[in-house]
Amino acid sequence: MIRLDGVEKTYRTRRGDVVRAVEDVTLHVAENEFVTLVGPSGCGKSTLLRLVAGLTPATRGAIRVRDTAVREPFPDVGFVFQQPVLLPWRSVLDNVLFSVEMLGQPPRQYRKQAADLLELTGLGGFETKYPRELSGGMQQRVAICRALLPDPSLLLMDEPFGALDAMTREEMSLELLRVWEERRKTILFVTHSIPEAILLADRVVVMTARPGRIARVLTIDLPRPRTMELEFDPRFKAASDEVRRLIFARRVPVP
Amino acid sequence: MTSRRIIADYLVPAATLVGVLVAWEAATHALRIPRFVMPPPSAILAEGWDWRYRFLEHIWVTLGETLGGFALSILVGVPLAVLIVYSPVIKSALYPLIVLAQSVPKIAIAPVLLLVLGHGEIPKVFVAFLVAFFPVVVDTATGLAATPPELLDLSRSYRASAFKTFVKVRLPMAMPFFFAGAKVAITLSVIGAVVGEFVGSDKGLGYIILSATSYWKTELAFSSMILLSLMAIVLFGAVALVERFVCPWLAPAGEE
Repeated sequence: MIRLDGVEKTYRTRRGDVVRAVEDVTLHVAENEFVTLVGPSGCGKSTLLRLVAGLTPATRGAIRVRDTAVREPFPDVGFVFQQPVLLPWRSVLDNVLFSVEMLGQPPRQYRKQAADLLELTGLGGFETKYPRELSGGMQQRVAICRALLPDPSLLLMDEPFGALDAMTREEMSLELLRVWEERRKTILFVTHSIPEAILLADRVVVMTARPGRIARVLTIDLPRPRTMELEFDPRFKAASDEVRRLIFARRVPVP
Repeated sequence: MTSRRIIADYLVPAATLVGVLVAWEAATHALRIPRFVMPPPSAILAEGWDWRYRFLEHIWVTLGETLGGFALSILVGVPLAVLIVYSPVIKSALYPLIVLAQSVPKIAIAPVLLLVLGHGEIPKVFVAFLVAFFPVVVDTATGLAATPPELLDLSRSYRASAFKTFVKVRLPMAMPFFFAGAKVAITLSVIGAVVGEFVGSDKGLGYIILSATSYWKTELAFSSMILLSLMAIVLFGAVALVERFVCPWLAPAGEE
């Protein structure tokens, strides 16, 4: 589904310095695979998502989605960010419909599907509320519904639960898995949280910072559907130890 | 609303106002202050009442100048803000001019403007516009630039046109900022219209103040001033009301 081969991205800061955000990234993601990207801040995880979405061009290397080279944004993508970035003047339902509207499709035809999605994510009955009347977790659910409504085959999630409290976060992770079981998609999911990365993923891509490189790709062979109890599984522990070792191995201690 | 809130929100400020008026009235009588120096509120009210029909025409003129200047400030200010936000070249070309136009004292410019534009209401509209347009430009531009970058990325990933993104995302996002600027602009427009009238006119509430003071009719000047303040308050309220209708999502929770 997604093929990144030798991808490099450099950009210039305002002061004129050249920063290498990602370097020599080669990663192949299969159809309907759930891949999480984990690593320290500044390891280019978010840049990688923007590259795949065609929002920014690669400096070197090839990015292909379904055998088509990515040069500009393409419509088969859903994006979820750390902040819900809903439109405060629109009701919850109209916020969900925003995606199809921007894609140039008549929102009227999607009203039923949008309501179904809200129902699926536990937001049934909130259709006419304004975003500010919702909690952070609920707002992020609306953002996920918005991304899911055009039924994209690729979902790019940039620390979508990063701004939520720990309890809501776990709840949302399990809910995302439940939705994903029902509507299979290829998901690239960026996170700072090692347990989250392992709990969700088929494969975890561990990245290191400055420049952003892939340290290792770990296959998580835990049974699905996943539950929080899996955290006590020795395989979970082994995987999380391995991720931690990879991330902290190259770190120089602060004097 | 509880009775405690009614007392706090309405009764206390009303009582304060009445108290000030009573003290003012008493002071002018007790200290035998001449009327032309400081008239008591009762005299101001009586004079205003005498003038109630003659005032109408002058209110009308000043209101027209104010609204004209305000409308012009929006018609010019909003497109200017759009240009500034979308084009860095236009921004660097126009911003110094706009700041320059803002920093020139309007009262100093008014006589020159009247010299150039002649008499009548048009030059007053222009002075009102000059005073009012700056907050409209700056606040609208700030609002247009305040769209979260993620939302712009999202629009781009859906391959929406720049125009569509503008209409559906950036413009509504800027609305609260625009209204903040418009509320300042409407009260500044009143000031601009009066400044224009001060420089040279034969109609309007500003003209009344000027001619009343030159005839020592201080109570007439005061009643004209009160009318001007009332006008500014009502206009401000009207803009705030329009904001409520255009941006209902800004209403405090639980008021729908």
